[in-house]
Amino acid sequence: MFQSPFRGLGFMDIKYYIFLSVALFVMGIIGVLTRRNAIIIFMCIELMLNAVNLLLVAFSKMHHLAAGVANPNAGSEAQLFVFFIMVVAAAEVSVGLAIIVMLFRNTHSVDVNFLNRLKH
Amino acid sequence: MGITQILFWALSIISLFSALMVITSKNPVFSVLWLIVTFFTISGHYILLNAQFLAVVNIIVYAGAIMVLFLFVIMLMNLSKDTEPQKSKWLKLAGAVTGGSLLLVLVAALRGTESRMTELGTGEIGLIQNLGHVLFTEYVVPFEIASILFLSAMIGAVVIGKREVHSPVHKEVEKLDEMQEVMH
Repeated sequence: MFQSPFRGLGFMDIKYYIFLSVALFVMGIIGVLTRRNAIIIFMCIELMLNAVNLLLVAFSKMHHLAAGVANPNAGSEAQLFVFFIMVVAAAEVSVGLAIIVMLFRNTHSVDVNFLNRLKH
Repeated sequence: MGITQILFWALSIISLFSALMVITSKNPVFSVLWLIVTFFTISGHYILLNAQFLAVVNIIVYAGAIMVLFLFVIMLMNLSKDTEPQKSKWLKLAGAVTGGSLLLVLVAALRGTESRMTELGTGEIGLIQNLGHVLFTEYVVPFEIASILFLSAMIGAVVIGKREVHSPVHKEVEKLDEMQEVMH
């Protein structure tokens, strides 16, 4: 079986992972709030999804460290959850980009401010 | 400080910097390229956590498929720095202040959490053998539902992306209009 080259080399406080994920998530939020290009907004949503994925994997390893002796598979649910998040994100991107392409075909722009015509 | 800690800090700094470049780049193509860098560093974090399956899937699905799709759409629309719509300075400032306040609140709330360790480099739950076993025994129904989701997403993308000018419904409407004109 393939062994990681970093095997047994260290532990990391979960706090640093929490702060890293929070920072990435907030950057995604700032991107959504400050940009008007629909594609960039969509990319920032992907960034937020990835921040959450990273935190889930870190928590799964933390749980495995705590409960891995009693149950060797402890923590694998979180990694499967991340896998399903990736599946849903891929489906979401295909539909979302199709919508953006249709928006561009109708308005010749990807500016989300043009979407306010849905109000009228 | 061991080599894993050094790698963790280096990867964290690169990912935060590239995420910052994603939201500040004027040219959308550069944003996509910086986002690919971010996804590679997140894959590096997965390898550090010994989640090898997710690291490979992250590179294949995100950096490989999704970002190429983004790049393809941006190239297709011929977007560049000149066509990029910009918000006013005050709206940008307001967005940054809002995000910064959220960061402040979250960090302040999570600063006092109990110090628990997460393991780097060891543990076998992230290997393909274990994840595949769990996926195809306990989680086989969600897995099959995911395939239906993909099918519906594919059909939805095709239906939305199709040109509607020459659709059968449109032709029928035109025909009806012609008939009404003839009757009058």
